[in-house]
Amino acid sequence: MLVNQIAVFLENRSGRIAEFSKVLADANINIRAMSIADTEEYGILRAITDDNVRAVETLKINGFNASATDLIGFNVADKPGEMFKVLSILEKAKINIGYLYSFAGANKENAIILIKVDDNEKTAAILESNGINLMGRDLPI
Amino acid sequence: MFCINRRKDRELFFDKKNECLTKKEKHKLQSELLVDLVKRVYDSVPAYRAKMDAINIKPSDIKSIDDIVKLPFTTKQDLRDNYPFGMFSTDKKDIIRVHASSGTTGKLTVVGYTKYDIEVWAECCARSLVAAGADANSLLHVAYGYGLFTGGLGLHYGGERLGLTVVPVSAGNTPRQIQLIIDFKADGICCTPSYAIYLADEIIKAGYTAKDLNLKWGLFGAEPWSEEMRNEIEDKLGLKAYDIYGLSEIAGPGVASECEFQKGAHIWDDHFYPEIVDVDTLEPLPIGERGELVFTTLTKQGMPLIRYRTRDITALDDSPCPCKRTGYRIKRIKGRSDDMLIIRGVNVFPSQIESALIGSDDKISSHYHITVDRVKNLDVMEIAIELKQDAKFDEVKDIEALVSKLETVIGSAIGVSAQVKLVSYASIKRSEGKAQRVTDKRK
Repeated sequence: MLVNQIAVFLENRSGRIAEFSKVLADANINIRAMSIADTEEYGILRAITDDNVRAVETLKINGFNASATDLIGFNVADKPGEMFKVLSILEKAKINIGYLYSFAGANKENAIILIKVDDNEKTAAILESNGINLMGRDLPI
Repeated sequence: MFCINRRKDRELFFDKKNECLTKKEKHKLQSELLVDLVKRVYDSVPAYRAKMDAINIKPSDIKSIDDIVKLPFTTKQDLRDNYPFGMFSTDKKDIIRVHASSGTTGKLTVVGYTKYDIEVWAECCARSLVAAGADANSLLHVAYGYGLFTGGLGLHYGGERLGLTVVPVSAGNTPRQIQLIIDFKADGICCTPSYAIYLADEIIKAGYTAKDLNLKWGLFGAEPWSEEMRNEIEDKLGLKAYDIYGLSEIAGPGVASECEFQKGAHIWDDHFYPEIVDVDTLEPLPIGERGELVFTTLTKQGMPLIRYRTRDITALDDSPCPCKRTGYRIKRIKGRSDDMLIIRGVNVFPSQIESALIGSDDKISSHYHITVDRVKNLDVMEIAIELKQDAKFDEVKDIEALVSKLETVIGSAIGVSAQVKLVSYASIKRSEGKAQRVTDKRK
């Protein structure tokens, strides 16, 4: 019921993201979703690959600080107000979101949202009891 | 070319007799002082006695200043081994002040002064001030830091000894410094040379020029500087810039200082006896050759040092000076024989940073690299710290929290702020042999 992602520490310097993608390309690992949070000096690259365990191993060997984390992922209909609906449920339950990323267009009707929270189990239970469609490990993308 | 109108004798010197001793007079005085000093430390400082006994030297072997070469050297490590007060050679009741500077690791290098030591130091600073053009009518703006650092209090007491008016501004708060320099019509200023340039630029930014200032002279020291910096300071502040040399272990500022001819700092060698030694063999070198500067504090009571290795690389100049002072002059400091950095006047050893980092957080490794640069005339230090292989971050705020924590840890260990930059595992270049931990772009 959880979605696994990799998080990679990046110094903000030119070419670093290219190096990251080269390491994965050379290992024949496919990146399926990606998001970067950055400040002036640093960034954290978050990605979902077709083999996160091997991706973390390979990145570490190649001088990256990488690790895997579990996120909650869910499907919403790709139309106005859908994200708000879910966020309202979480807010009411006083669940704080560390970060969030989403992608639409993977299929025509649905968008996928990934969120980082402190307590995955509790959050999943709340969402499920509100009829939200949680994602499994395999993303339909 | 312009002609210097020499001032009257009584204004030219603070202590003409002792500043202009003949070779013979000096040899006699230094010999008497050294014989007495060696007896004193042998009797009162176990560390000195042990060192002398180890090479079979007794105080009676020291008959004149020429015998100084028989004596063992003293290093910062000796001060550390005897931290905090083990090198003091008088009763604790006679020590009236301590100062301290950075040691090579966590502990400070502590110096103790008796009343007499403070008087001698003040006198040497008074000589330095007069050599730069000060007199009892002058107003001196002291922008050196006050506190454990010797800069502020050293020049302060020197100014008072001379009888001029001291404005003890201390370091920081540049807008207020500018206002006071202008409003009080300061005649002279002392601070680090890099702060002088920063201050000059801020004065210009505030819309003033050298003509709005009354400054005529300035004593600058506590860090190495160049003739280019001298020219820049003189142009921007409209004064004559003099090099004042010192280190807290020996006294503080005013161990040596320049006269109106600006040809190197005259050593007040009736108190501080200089030698230049080969860095590798520690053999004394002839006057004029470059090596490590070594001082013996001939008259100090609280914590006398015998053949103290300053780690400053320079040469002495014994050519006659038109000012008639006979103290040898120190040429520009050309570097260090250790890895000490001087950041905004503060002594910093990479080893201090290293010991502060060890154990401070389990995400960081022991690999780091220091880059020092001068940005807008101020020294900046960036420390790249490598993450451990298994260090992980999921959110940017965690990175920022770690950076800020490490900056605090380092800042409080070395007494000067540094910027921390985290870098990925294995990204700092490994070196074979001695680690190259520092890049100094100021040189």
